Amino acid sequence: MSSKTIKVDYLARVEGEGALYIRIKDDRVTQVQLKIFEPPRFFEAFLQGRKYTEAPDITARICGICPVAYQMSSVHALEQILGLKVAGPLRELRRLIYCGEWIESHGLHVYMLHAPDFLGYADAIQMARDYPEAVKRGLKLKQIGNELVALVGGREIHPINVRVGGFYSVPRKKDLVPMVEKLKWARDAALETVRWVSTFNFPPVEPEYEFVSLRHPQEYPFNEGRLVSNKGLDIAVDDFEAHFEEEHVPYTTALHSILKARGAYYVGPMARYNNNFDLLPPAVQAAAQEAGLTSFCCNPFQSIIIRSIEILYACEESLRIIDQYEQPERPYLEAEPRAGIGHGISEAPRGSLYHRYRIDDQGVIQEAKIVPPTSQNQKTVESDLYQVAVQNLHLPEDQLTWICEQAIRNYDPCISCSVHFLKLHLERR
Amino acid sequence: MKRRPKLAVWKFASCDGCQLTLLDCEDELLALTERIDIAYFMEASRATVRGPYDLSLVEGSITTPHDMARIQKIRRASKFLVAIGACATAGGIQALRNFTQVEKYIPLVYARPEYIHTLEKSSPIAGQVAVDFELRGCPINKTQLLELVSAFLQGRRPNIHPYSVCWECKMRGNICVMVAHGIPCLGPVTHAGCGALCPTYHRGCYGCFGPKETPNPASLSARLRVLGVPEDDLVRLYRTFNAEAEPFRQESTVHE
Repeated sequence: MSSKTIKVDYLARVEGEGALYIRIKDDRVTQVQLKIFEPPRFFEAFLQGRKYTEAPDITARICGICPVAYQMSSVHALEQILGLKVAGPLRELRRLIYCGEWIESHGLHVYMLHAPDFLGYADAIQMARDYPEAVKRGLKLKQIGNELVALVGGREIHPINVRVGGFYSVPRKKDLVPMVEKLKWARDAALETVRWVSTFNFPPVEPEYEFVSLRHPQEYPFNEGRLVSNKGLDIAVDDFEAHFEEEHVPYTTALHSILKARGAYYVGPMARYNNNFDLLPPAVQAAAQEAGLTSFCCNPFQSIIIRSIEILYACEESLRIIDQYEQPERPYLEAEPRAGIGHGISEAPRGSLYHRYRIDDQGVIQEAKIVPPTSQNQKTVESDLYQVAVQNLHLPEDQLTWICEQAIRNYDPCISCSVHFLKLHLERR
Repeated sequence: MKRRPKLAVWKFASCDGCQLTLLDCEDELLALTERIDIAYFMEASRATVRGPYDLSLVEGSITTPHDMARIQKIRRASKFLVAIGACATAGGIQALRNFTQVEKYIPLVYARPEYIHTLEKSSPIAGQVAVDFELRGCPINKTQLLELVSAFLQGRRPNIHPYSVCWECKMRGNICVMVAHGIPCLGPVTHAGCGALCPTYHRGCYGCFGPKETPNPASLSARLRVLGVPEDDLVRLYRTFNAEAEPFRQESTVHE
């Protein structure tokens, strides 16, 4: 009888602190755990008693890589309570800042966190010795994404310009125009990225997933739409908690989210792509097809291609928005606070991000709930790990460990995000 | 060839935004790696080099017994240790727990307290070990980070000013949002470094760089009261990302 354990005490090239633990006995995988040991920070706890106007600034601090997602989900949930409907150029500016975040976050992940796995490097800096042009292209793409976030939001990490009802101030058309040339370069670079990553080797894994994402009737989703899946889920954002719940697992400081009816599910770029392929512009669809994809992809390793396709989409969409932009007369809509409950889901780079708030008639937050994408994917990551470990048991231990790490990085996990919400779960018990 | 100094980046309770700032130095990153050896940076690389380290950048605050022990080891392995960002220099947003009654709070929070090891307070790095320099901000500013690393490489003190956001606001030629529009602004008591972003975007500073040198928050609060800011809002204003920084902590308790 032989047994061994694959252990990675501190996962690299992911956001936050996580560990991997796989137990193998007699050539069978007996246990798989994605352990998250990031200390909890109790965001829901200190949101209680804060003014609703502070929510976008406070929740942004959950994650330095996707602060815009937290700001967007929070403002949409709170505007639902206040009865505000942000439309026209303000709505477009929100899509624009989100495009910037997708370009920045996906650019970081594709080039600096994920590609080194496929090419056998410990990091992008080592990869740059052999692939200097690719790494420079990735850095510049990321930079253009950051510039777009900073232009609309004031700075790239924890933007200061987003508020309930709109923005503190809005750019003039002439402020946005200088981005056009850069975004055209980025569009070409994104297309090259799609081509480059499609030449990588992808382990043949195609699990049967339930892909969950927003779907909007007219556009590839950022902030609005219904929550749908490829297995028949089609619900309003308000009904999220009727269909999803969290499980408490002792070995991790994050919770596992499941679909009550069917268990584990998948959120993120691949889910968005599969549920919304028809809404991508023809040029983006063509790039996907050229890269060898159809309108449906379920190999988690190919998420790097889908992320690159979403960079391309975000560049196209930014160019459209800037082209059509007219500066609105007022930077934000206003309403007196009133008591109520509001829900919001937006599409963070890593997948759907749910917020719910209850506020009183003074606008003070009484209760907050946040379900980030990484906790939604945790169960699916573990089942992928199981499958990848079984398929690769023959490999030497260092190679098996590496491919398991890569299987986790397929999800671009954001561990700080996944941990912050422990408090609320425990309160309900 | 002269040995390149070894850089390590460490994370405690935080959002990762400050260490991400290093990766956000897109134009400088590759050049930087020619001058400094990135020996330990888990967010960027699975390769690690053993200590001791010449320069350690520490992000995040100390919130668990395990992390209390870990920061001691890191201090011992680091020649020059810099706390980066509001979590590392002032306990961060998670230091809001420091203002609650933890004894009453814990049974409400933890269903399985035996699995959760957390301290009553979130403390800055300087509350645990000696720190050689503190870089402020939530998040830190990229230019200041590069200045810090350059200064380290050149063996000089970083040229980072401890004056207020008002200085930067004047240098940008902004019209004062508080004087002209009556918008409550923490600029007069807040450490510079952001480039007076919020007033530039027509909102009041919310203090994410923490207190400036010798701030006078009592005087600012008197002015904010005249502008009609109620007491409970004053408490909130001082209690955000740098709530545990002494001048802000003290001023917030005055209005409780």
